[in-house]
Amino acid sequence: MPKQIINVRINGEAHEVAVEPNWTLLETIREALGFTGPKEGCGTGDCGACSIILRGPQDERGRLLTSCLMLAPQADGAEITTIEGLAADGTLHPVQQAFIDAGGVQCGFCTPGMVMAATALLDSNPNPSLEEIQRGLAGNLCRCTGYTKIFAAVEMAAQRMRSS
Amino acid sequence: MRPFGYYAPRTLEEAVALLRELGEVARPVAGGTDLVAQMKEGRAKFRYPDMLVSLAGISEMQGIDFGESAGLRIGAGTRLADVAGSPVIRDRYRALADGAGLIGSVQTMNMGTIGGNICNAAPSADTAPALLAYEAEAVIVGRDGRRSVPIEEIFKGPGVTALEHGELLAELRLPAPVPNTGSVYRRHTPRKQMDIAVAGVAAVITVESGVITRARLALGAVGPTPFRARQAEATLEGSRANDDAFTRAAAAAANECSPISDVRGSAEFRQHLVRVMTETVVREAVLAAGA
Repeated sequence: MPKQIINVRINGEAHEVAVEPNWTLLETIREALGFTGPKEGCGTGDCGACSIILRGPQDERGRLLTSCLMLAPQADGAEITTIEGLAADGTLHPVQQAFIDAGGVQCGFCTPGMVMAATALLDSNPNPSLEEIQRGLAGNLCRCTGYTKIFAAVEMAAQRMRSS
Repeated sequence: MRPFGYYAPRTLEEAVALLRELGEVARPVAGGTDLVAQMKEGRAKFRYPDMLVSLAGISEMQGIDFGESAGLRIGAGTRLADVAGSPVIRDRYRALADGAGLIGSVQTMNMGTIGGNICNAAPSADTAPALLAYEAEAVIVGRDGRRSVPIEEIFKGPGVTALEHGELLAELRLPAPVPNTGSVYRRHTPRKQMDIAVAGVAAVITVESGVITRARLALGAVGPTPFRARQAEATLEGSRANDDAFTRAAAAAANECSPISDVRGSAEFRQHLVRVMTETVVREAVLAAGA
């Protein structure tokens, strides 16, 4: 089957890219577009390391999803935000800064997905309870931190974002 | 992933025609959370498709509509997060919101669809017990047009539905809610999220002047398909809504389930869960009915 042309906006920039039908969106973002923030952990939607925020042409708002399970052609017309798109004008996003300040990062492999999941959570719920944070991050595995400092980072980010 | 052909039709008619033309080497894909994961895992029993027909761009498979007399219509391509978050479903069809809101992670619910949850036909599918208890109808589109089938007749076995190749589940229709009715779905899992039901129980209960006038109960993960617990329903209907009735219904439900033992729990444990959970779920539904 020939390659198919898809059009996506990634972190605000328009790209036209030729994809094979059997490429996942994650492969497309990493290999064809060069954004290596999203990681492949499990490849089957269990670990969340590939999490991105995607807004399809019919969607009212962006939604957090695992890009390893999405077929590249299904992303045609989408607006995509990866971890690379969070910082603005050289300043880290409050969620990124809070992960640093709270010590929510160890090896770093899960961090881009974790930060995207936390950002999506705070977009829809600016004042989450601890249980809501746990549910919001349930699809993201971390094998280093034991999660406690990640939850603390999200609480810190929520507080800072509400008071800014 | 191994190569495959890919088609993205814009209408149901086109999708049905494509599937028929391509034959059984083609499979429909919606959110991909089950199918794409299976294609990557490559288990021995899984038949890798040569072609995928994406249903994601078919707008007539989307959306939630409600009317007081018409009831609820849910497009099969509606995402689980949109089902779980829908104000009308949370308010009027609570057990369905409960079930849809328990599937996988935020990411899973943002991709996976209610039609996919049904058509994968897992005995543990979390939207199935609620749909059975609401007596939903499945609207199926195929070569000869549309047919409407009670959801109960869709489930034929683990991973097997009544849909033939070239047929698609287009939408689900739920009857208008009966007044004085409460509904609940609960499941048991060792973890709160990212897990699969060891047992699931849905109840839709109508109570008038302290008497249960109508009871619909359905069980998940304790038989080859999700199914209606009719003996338990019969013990409830006509009874006063009290602990005695709840206990009798629980015993009946435990009696009519046929669980297997697997990595998630033994048959005996599952039967015990059905007894305990049925009692709790019926009580909660009675309370929600405003009795």
